[in-house]
Amino acid sequence: MAFLDLSHLEKSFGNNRVVKDFSLPVEKGEFVSFLGPSGCGKTTVLRMVAGFETPTAGKILIDGQDVTNLRPNQRNIGMVFQAYALFPNLTVAQNVGFGLKVAGVARAEIDKRVTEMLRLIGLPDKGPSYPFQLSGGQQQRVALARALAPRPRVLLLDEPLSALDAKIRVSLRAEIREIQRELGITTVFVTHDQEEALSISDRIVVMNGGIADQVGTPFEIYNRPTTRFVAGFVGTLNLIEAVAGPTGTAKIGDATVLLPEGHNQAPGGKLTLALRPEGLHLGHGRDVVLPATVTGVEFMGSVIRVDLTAMGTKFSLDTFNRPDAPPPKAGDETQVTFAARDLIVLAD
Amino acid sequence: MSLWTRITGWMVLLFGLGYFLLPLLGLFEFSLKARRGVYSLDAYAKVIGDPEFQATFAYSVMMALVTIIIGVLIVVPTAFWVRLKMPWARPYVEFITLLPLVIPAIVIVFGYIRLYNTSSFLPLTGTILGTNILLAMGYTVLALPYMYRAVDTGLRTIDVGTLTEAAQSLGAGWFTILGKIILPNVLVAVLSGAFLTFAIVIGEFTLAALLDRPAFGPYLQRIGANKPYEPFALSVIAFGITWACMGLIQLVTRFSKHTKAAS
Ligand SMILES: Nc1ncnc2c1ncn2[C@@H]1O[C@H](COP(=O)(O)OP(=O)(O)O)[C@@H](O)[C@H]1O
Ligand SMILES: [Mg+2]
Repeated sequence: MAFLDLSHLEKSFGNNRVVKDFSLPVEKGEFVSFLGPSGCGKTTVLRMVAGFETPTAGKILIDGQDVTNLRPNQRNIGMVFQAYALFPNLTVAQNVGFGLKVAGVARAEIDKRVTEMLRLIGLPDKGPSYPFQLSGGQQQRVALARALAPRPRVLLLDEPLSALDAKIRVSLRAEIREIQRELGITTVFVTHDQEEALSISDRIVVMNGGIADQVGTPFEIYNRPTTRFVAGFVGTLNLIEAVAGPTGTAKIGDATVLLPEGHNQAPGGKLTLALRPEGLHLGHGRDVVLPATVTGVEFMGSVIRVDLTAMGTKFSLDTFNRPDAPPPKAGDETQVTFAARDLIVLAD
Repeated sequence: MSLWTRITGWMVLLFGLGYFLLPLLGLFEFSLKARRGVYSLDAYAKVIGDPEFQATFAYSVMMALVTIIIGVLIVVPTAFWVRLKMPWARPYVEFITLLPLVIPAIVIVFGYIRLYNTSSFLPLTGTILGTNILLAMGYTVLALPYMYRAVDTGLRTIDVGTLTEAAQSLGAGWFTILGKIILPNVLVAVLSGAFLTFAIVIGEFTLAALLDRPAFGPYLQRIGANKPYEPFALSVIAFGITWACMGLIQLVTRFSKHTKAAS
């Protein structure tokens, strides 16, 4: 049985159904991200786990214990907020030790744990400082230490990096992941940033309109999106209109391709296929070859993004930079090619 | 800023200051004239040496402290709860807390006497302790508008909701949250409310007189009616107390350690 088990969670605010039949088992020590646009219900699910909202229906189990109706202060769950939420009247050390003090832990032990936590977050000397004396990144690290100090069963983070500068965001997310691995703590991380979710998660739950659209590893989410929403929300995508042929084939322009396994649409029906920019190549030699016109080239360093039109639609193509082969220029006539196995069939 | 606007600004300021200070200066000057022909502090010495002054002043200070404690205990949890769970109720609560400014103290005290007289279900006026309690309650009501506004303003400077949730997720109950997180963070606001309360209670006349308690307000009034110079000395002292309170509000605001964190 999963360590953290959300089953059939529902939440309505008045007539507004914000979370719909949300089920998710999370294994012990797993790092799961909720990814989705603003307003899709990520925070609401997290707040139900923390106990700040009561589900309209459904159950939350932690380590086999039903905590659905437990008060937030009885759940032993660590929470990190976007706005840090450090107690301004307490020093960093007092903030970190707060949970232990509330639990009645002996003074000496609190001090020991606080020192340990401050070392873990790389701020061993900041104990006597007040929160307002720290930078945003430092404050959020203290908030993390504060949440972890009482050894919670589950760690919840609600867009903890959104208020930080881009550079700190990237370094701190790696740090959070490292600490999470070191402690082996079961973690749910909420973000609307796909790159963030892809880079640090064991699994991602892509949410849309209160529903878990797809659950999978970053690799699966990126390469095998099952819905149009997931495909469009995560990464860049080329959409190709096709017509379904017999026995799992499809016609793209003049070419007939065999679709990736498991897809068997009724022949003659319209079909939307998708292709990542890195699945599209300049030249020929793969299953499908299309004449194309280059409309723009964006040099991004190791990767070059080429925008083209083919079959009357726009395509984006990513290719690695090669010092010996300059990229095409806008206006060039060329050919693009791709393999049928790189196609993603989108359910509507 | 042009020269003229600057000069106009200064003139308005000087006019305002004069408006307040000249009568006070007159008052102060007169209070020094107890001894014929020379300035002296005789009137002050007499007032401060008066055992009744000491007794009534001590009584009122006590009452002020009790009032402050009751006020804090009522207002802080209420304002906190309204902000946290019932934001829709804020206008109503605000309206209620403003009522004491509209309803005269005399109406309040007659209401009290009617409700709690010796033949009522709760004969508070029958004993000295009971009457003292009644008076403290009345003072709390009078101070409510100031206390509530001060505390509510203080709560606005912190993110009450998130701080409460952070504390809850760390295992804290309501008592801990209020005592360890909310109160310390609005302490400056509470103190300014407390000093205002202090100033109000020290000078209050109606409630104390009609409940017949030996408070400073009625004493002030009695002296004023019967003595030549002492009332003026007393007025200066009363002003001094009020100003000291205001000064203390400024002081705690400026020297509080973590006001900068309230963003
Ligand atoms: N306390 C609340 N009362 C009413 N509606 C709410 C409340 N909290 C959230 N909502 C609504 O629920 C929806 C989902 O919100 P939220 O879970 O915060 O989304 P996300 O975190 O994904 O941006 C939003 O439409 C929001 O307006
Ligand atoms: Mg959110």
